[in-house]
Amino acid sequence: MEKFTTLHSTAIPLEIENIDTDQIIPARFLKATDKQGFGDNAFRDWRFDKQGNINEAFALNNPKYHGSILVAGDNFGCGSSREHAAWALAGYGFKVIVSSFFADIFKGNALNNGLLPLQVSEGFLKDLFEVIKTNPETVLTVNLEAQTLTVDGSNLQTDFDIDPYKKTCMINGYDDIDYLLSKKEQIEAFELSR
Amino acid sequence: MGKTLFDKVWDAHVVDSIENGPQILYIDKHLIHEVTSPQAFNELEERNIPIFRPNQIVATADHNTPTQNQHLPVRDELSRNQLKQLAENCDKNNITLYGLGHKYNGIVHVMAPELGITQPGMTMVCGDSHTSTHGAFGTIAFGIGTSQVAQVFASQCLLLTKPKSLRVSVNGTLKPGVLPKDVILYIISKIGTNAGTGYFCEYAGDVFENMSMEGRMTVCNMSIEMGARGGMIAPDETTFAYVKGKEFAPQGEAFEKAVAYWKTLPTDADATFDKEYTFDAEDIEPMVTYGTNPGMGIKINAKIPDLSDASFEKSLEYMDFKKGELMLNKPINYVFIGSCTNSRIEDFRVAANYIKGKQKAPNVTAWLVPGSKQVESQIEEEGLKTVFEAAGFELRQPGCSACLAMNDDKIPEGEYCVSTSNRNFEGRQGQGARTILASPLVAAATAVEGKIVDVTKALSLEEELI
Ligand code: SF4
Repeated sequence: MEKFTTLHSTAIPLEIENIDTDQIIPARFLKATDKQGFGDNAFRDWRFDKQGNINEAFALNNPKYHGSILVAGDNFGCGSSREHAAWALAGYGFKVIVSSFFADIFKGNALNNGLLPLQVSEGFLKDLFEVIKTNPETVLTVNLEAQTLTVDGSNLQTDFDIDPYKKTCMINGYDDIDYLLSKKEQIEAFELSR
Repeated sequence: MGKTLFDKVWDAHVVDSIENGPQILYIDKHLIHEVTSPQAFNELEERNIPIFRPNQIVATADHNTPTQNQHLPVRDELSRNQLKQLAENCDKNNITLYGLGHKYNGIVHVMAPELGITQPGMTMVCGDSHTSTHGAFGTIAFGIGTSQVAQVFASQCLLLTKPKSLRVSVNGTLKPGVLPKDVILYIISKIGTNAGTGYFCEYAGDVFENMSMEGRMTVCNMSIEMGARGGMIAPDETTFAYVKGKEFAPQGEAFEKAVAYWKTLPTDADATFDKEYTFDAEDIEPMVTYGTNPGMGIKINAKIPDLSDASFEKSLEYMDFKKGELMLNKPINYVFIGSCTNSRIEDFRVAANYIKGKQKAPNVTAWLVPGSKQVESQIEEEGLKTVFEAAGFELRQPGCSACLAMNDDKIPEGEYCVSTSNRNFEGRQGQGARTILASPLVAAATAVEGKIVDVTKALSLEEELI
């Protein structure tokens, strides 16, 4: 897993609530047996119509917006447990997803892939959408060590929560398998004790 | 202070707790399928890590399988490749696979309970969000991502933070024509699609106590649709009777010993929950959804609400419905009875009971897809197949099918499908398809009438005729 400490980037606003993982990566693209290429099909049916024409109205296709932060509406990542959603977003180039609420499984999947799900208050999210829409070149700074999200050149700033264990993993690029393997003896002892 | 059912099962599986961090939870059973496992197998292989406990893993092929001509090679190359990889991975690692055509093959959440793989008091995981289904047995069962599939492969454990506790109680007696599916659609319509996020839910009260195991599975199945990681129902005599004698259940003395332990699991009277909801069974009617998430459900004879927020409007636009409109009498061309929510024998009995002596409406394409090979045989043995065929219905072979439309079973763009599955997301049943979630009874009635009808009225009319 790649290490994550700080990120400065512009952001893409996706002002839609309840974005489910079927939208992030439709089921018909789940036939691959590796993790490559999902980025090409991220939000496939919102980015393109059935004939494959670009949907100009969709935020990801708007040339005004770019960057590796996605700012999305409430309850992001609900629905299917498919980790392909996290691979698709990371593959598309996102490093941070900001929302006022994340579905549980998606949150875990994102963290396991070095993609930071950053939860802010509903009020802050609203302000964030406003500043990005007013000036798409606005740069945001995410500081994982300090657990802060700052809108550069303004006094907009917020703290965010992250599980301390997960934070350490992201900063150091460790994953859970490394940790669990180091506990093998204890796991075997547990099995014997039952 | 007393413990909840969830606490008891969870605490019995904690290997260790990290200070200020998650706990190491031991997993008894790991179910896998073709779509979410290949990358986990690859990861272990790349890192040269062996599978820790292959005999605690059971594999099936379900998501990506055809529901016709299963004896022939799978036509779609990518699907065929995915199935082949699963078979190779299982073979290499000594994992039991019930592949396509095997007598135990089926949707993972249908085949495991019917084989007795699912047992009370266990921890179970699968790379599929509807793993919550197994909670019907008083099991902690939940969906995981592929990284976690790899973790369980490597260590038979997961790093998890204990979720908060939620209890949903429904008391009283359900009206005729109101099925377990209606109960869960009603609950989600009341509390919303993220009321359960961060929680593990216990369903309690008369309604669940009096429900069959299959009905309990339907309810627990949809726990994830209210955001909860899983749902559970306390094991009782109904549970023990269901598990008894199943292929992989403990037998004889071992079974009696297990039952003695299972009886200690129900929530203590003085235990408390972080959040509670209580509903009256009498308030529940047959339900349908009108929008693009499972929380957008109404009583079948109610009007679509008149709300004015952007998400709501986007949803209605996708469905091509209007605020204040009735769902009754909407013409419907597709009906799907299947999925891990409603593809068990009781679901097909309910449907056959309604369909018997009637004909499918000519405008309707109806797919009846059993959840497993065993359900498929039961349908035949009980004579239901004859009923369906006489009424002009097509019975297909087991699999996830039109629930997620990964195979050829797709609903065409713009068409409505009354479906017994669990998700009405945009494009879930095919690009541009419009899904209306309902019980198998409502689905059967829709197929016969070619439109949405009030099943309670239809049922009482029939009773008068008798
Ligand atoms: S039937 Fe549908 S919900 Fe159930 S496991 Fe298959 S795809 Fe998932």
